[in-house]
Amino acid sequence: MPVSSNTAPEKQGARAGIHPLARYLGVRAALTILLLFGVTLVTFTLTNLVPADPVQAALGEQAAANPEIVAQFRENAGLDQPLPVQYVTYLGNVLQGDLGVSQQTRAPVSNDLGKAFPATAELALTAILISIVLGVGLGMWAALRRRTITDQVIRVVSLVGISVPSFWLALVVYFVFFSQLRWFPGSGRLSPAAIPPPKVTGMYTVDSLLAGQWVTFADAVAHLILPAAVLALYTIGLLTRFARSAILEVLDLDYVRAARAKGLPGRVVVSRYVLRGALVPIITVLGVAFGSLLSGTVLVEKVYSWHGLGEYAYSAATKLDLPAIMGVGLVVGCVYIGLNFLVDVLYGFIDPRVRVA
Amino acid sequence: MTERGTTDVLAVQTRRKGRLRISKQLRTPLAITGGAIVVFWLLVAVFAPWLSPYDPLAQYFQRLQAPSAEHWFGTDQVGRDVLSRVISGAQVSIPLAVMLVVFAMLIGSLLGAIAGYFGKAIDETIMRIADLVFAFPTIILAMVIAAALGPSLTNAVIAMLIVSWPAYARVTRSLVLGARNAEYVIAGRLLGNGPFTSLGKDILPNVLSPVVVLATLDVGTAILLLSGLSFLGLGAVPPTPDWGSMVADGVQNFSSWWIAVFPGLAILTVVLAFNFLGDALRDALDPRSQEAVQGRAL
Repeated sequence: MPVSSNTAPEKQGARAGIHPLARYLGVRAALTILLLFGVTLVTFTLTNLVPADPVQAALGEQAAANPEIVAQFRENAGLDQPLPVQYVTYLGNVLQGDLGVSQQTRAPVSNDLGKAFPATAELALTAILISIVLGVGLGMWAALRRRTITDQVIRVVSLVGISVPSFWLALVVYFVFFSQLRWFPGSGRLSPAAIPPPKVTGMYTVDSLLAGQWVTFADAVAHLILPAAVLALYTIGLLTRFARSAILEVLDLDYVRAARAKGLPGRVVVSRYVLRGALVPIITVLGVAFGSLLSGTVLVEKVYSWHGLGEYAYSAATKLDLPAIMGVGLVVGCVYIGLNFLVDVLYGFIDPRVRVA
Repeated sequence: MTERGTTDVLAVQTRRKGRLRISKQLRTPLAITGGAIVVFWLLVAVFAPWLSPYDPLAQYFQRLQAPSAEHWFGTDQVGRDVLSRVISGAQVSIPLAVMLVVFAMLIGSLLGAIAGYFGKAIDETIMRIADLVFAFPTIILAMVIAAALGPSLTNAVIAMLIVSWPAYARVTRSLVLGARNAEYVIAGRLLGNGPFTSLGKDILPNVLSPVVVLATLDVGTAILLLSGLSFLGLGAVPPTPDWGSMVADGVQNFSSWWIAVFPGLAILTVVLAFNFLGDALRDALDPRSQEAVQGRAL
């Protein structure tokens, strides 16, 4: 790298007292906040794009025929304001946690989402853990056995993983392992007789552990296994393919060859040199992987009566409950953006090149 | 720099060795299996009216019959023949997915090419919109859009178009950025080519082949997404024999496993076949380019 281009920003940074990493994080944070505003703009636009007239929907047919009542309603609801003003009002409401009222539950959407969120978080976190362990493990195995039968088998497995319709697999797995084999408990997050643990996080596994209720914990884990496994399959396929190519790329690098040439045992080379080098690209794809899980919950939770965001979104979608759908879109979009920001932060700490560039 | 380097390699490879290497790579067992299954389903879609034993919409059979000699795949909750519906389903999902991918590719690569070639404000506008689409997990955004537009197959396809063009825009943009200052392009400009001629005649023909190949790989994903929307009730409207909504019927009639299992297997085999083919094609093109493009989750 030419010296001149390198020293100028460093001096500037030193003068302002800004660490390059801090600047990187600042830029990322600013972009993230912009994207969050973008997300509200998308949900606002879509809400206003609805073909159905909100006046007609909120008022009865008789009231809607009366121009005075309609005008009054439009004024109260702020519908007579220009769109930018309406957007600012909407944004203010969203920032205060007001996402409107769900048409099917008749409750504020934010309340519904608050109840559903921990359930989905529990499911998605379990699934991402399974995916990382199995995905990276399988990817590494395939890379180390490149062009062997093992590699081919793992390739087919990962392709099957990204090809199975999750909503269908959820049904098949439920039928086989619950209805037929009775290996796992049926739908829901706990057995009907079980009492949920005192609420701390809203995640039953964590809460039951905190309360020391081992039986409830075992019950919650047993209920988690099937939906989490179904949910993880797509992400496992995704991560396996990605990890394989990331590791293959590192395997060819000189420093790995040097480590081998020094006579280090294979296990040390893999864990200390290869995996560490491949970690950066793998971390960058984790945000995307988590996004695939969040998408999956919408299709999978329904089958398991898992009362999370996914089931809420499913029933909202089938009943065209727009405030609820937009609420889910907003929350999931924000979570996804937040996670990608976390990935960026992690990336900044792990990859020294980011700190300088 | 690196971006330009890899895209140059990609472009050269596809131009010079592309055909040769692709045909060789496609002789792998996976690619042959995938190709065979794709051909099978295309034939099923074309000859559906002659292949299906009964009318896929007729409700004149006893409800919820298990598979038998008369009804190989059983009957559903309103007495329709599941086999006939699975066969007709090929006529719904496959053409729609292909059409979707073609349009997404056309719109995406056009916008991406414009962004990459003209740069500045146009580039910023187009790519920031693309970023916004990438800010949502795919099916969540598609679901939100489809719900706002109202449930129908057309609206589902529009929703999917909106969520899928940015992937092509990004790829095309980076390829155009790489080719924009290539010598043959500059030579063309010096000979008097205007910006649109330069873009349309010199650049696009040279960068499009990888984009087209990438598009064929996306057909499987498109089928998965479309059937997912139909499963949510935001795609095909009853009584259209769509595979996704048939699986949804199975959720309502849980003990009659055959209602959901067979359409689900249809989705699985089609998508898997496209992914088998796509995997081989991608290897043929460039093993390193694959994740950059395919890193988008469903």
